[in-house]
Amino acid sequence: MDIELMISSFPKLLNATLITLKLLSVSLILGLFIGLGFAILRMNNNKLINKFAYGYSYIFRGTPLLVQIFVIYFGLGQIEYLRTTFLWVVLKEPYWCAIIAFSLNTGAYTSEILRSAFQTIKPGYLEAGRSLGIPSKIIFTKIQIPIAIKQSLPAYGNEIILMLKGTSLASTVTLMDLTGVAKYIISTTFKPIEVFIVAGGIYLFMTFIIHNVIKYLEKKYGFQT
Amino acid sequence: MELLYFGDKGWGDELFFATLMTIAVSITAMIIGFIFAALFTPLKLSNNKILNSIGNAYTTVIRGVPELLVIYLFFFGGSGAIMFVASIFGYNDYIEINAFLTGSFSIGIISGAYSTEVFRGALQSIDKGQFEAAKVLGFNKYIYFFKIILPQMLRLAIPNLSNVWQITLKDTSLISVTGLVEIMRQSYIAAGSTRDPLFFYSFAAVLYLMLTFLSMQLLNRLETKYSKGY
Repeated sequence: MDIELMISSFPKLLNATLITLKLLSVSLILGLFIGLGFAILRMNNNKLINKFAYGYSYIFRGTPLLVQIFVIYFGLGQIEYLRTTFLWVVLKEPYWCAIIAFSLNTGAYTSEILRSAFQTIKPGYLEAGRSLGIPSKIIFTKIQIPIAIKQSLPAYGNEIILMLKGTSLASTVTLMDLTGVAKYIISTTFKPIEVFIVAGGIYLFMTFIIHNVIKYLEKKYGFQT
Repeated sequence: MELLYFGDKGWGDELFFATLMTIAVSITAMIIGFIFAALFTPLKLSNNKILNSIGNAYTTVIRGVPELLVIYLFFFGGSGAIMFVASIFGYNDYIEINAFLTGSFSIGIISGAYSTEVFRGALQSIDKGQFEAAKVLGFNKYIYFFKIILPQMLRLAIPNLSNVWQITLKDTSLISVTGLVEIMRQSYIAAGSTRDPLFFYSFAAVLYLMLTFLSMQLLNRLETKYSKGY
């Protein structure tokens, strides 16, 4: 055990954690909007729209995240036309490519979580809202969405943790996030166990915090079955 | 499309063998995972506090740390650990372990943590009366476990195990970083030498989709088979 290496690598790893957290929070926020959008499309009665939303979530949940990042980072740059548009400003940066891939990926999972949450809402709530003469837009924003958020909290907590682990893939497109820096230190010092303990400890600490925050929220807002 | 021709002209045969490699790694990893699950599930259910915390530590650490980090640990640490063990026995040469073994072992440990949770959940949701009845009827340990508990446990575990299979299958893409030539690595090589990453990575996505789709069909059949009589 090389305790000195563990201590000296800790600040470097902690610094890299900031990038991990940045990637995580930005892609979760974007993913939440994407997920909500596709969950709404999934509940549409139009078959074509429904199929499209299903196809999106099927493709992104059926392929590894690594493939998605590689298609976006290495693949899209190949299309000549894209290079001329303003999109190229975004797509040439590995940081934004990673965020796009993560958001689309977590969006697919979130859409499934939200869809099943919307479907478990008892029809009585909607009927009560309708019979009180509340417009359907307000029923959606004030009744369906809050209940769906409550219902989906436990599953969404898992998704946040999965996404935290997913951000480690950013290191494959040259981003120096926590895993990227950990790999760099391992490959220069050849002391994998020590670095693993420190980096793994930081990840576990974050997982622990997320887990407890979600638990607290579940208690506060009351998880109903 | 020429890129997918079999033989020297295209990458069809290479990608075909890479797909077989992905399947082989996934199955090996899944089996290694089952071995780990068989070891750790009893620990998680044990009343002994020390054994229990060992079981909990395994599932918590593995499920809380990114897969890529676990793979780097075994990739860089694996041969070192084996050389250390070998040096105790007086063997001091450099030992390189096979990328297939490191890969399936690291993915196996990850998939084992998920399988452990699945088996624990399944065992806990079997009706207590079943255990008691089997004991009261005086079955020996073999029949008790293999004929009474295991079939019921499998019925409850299979739907969740098919999720674990999906996760494992997708995780194998990560061992491309160790240089094992599976779908991702082969696509990387092909993309590099043809300068056509869009096509090859999209094709890799299609291959993964095919694998997940086909395995779901098979697993659904298994599910109906084991839930006969319910």
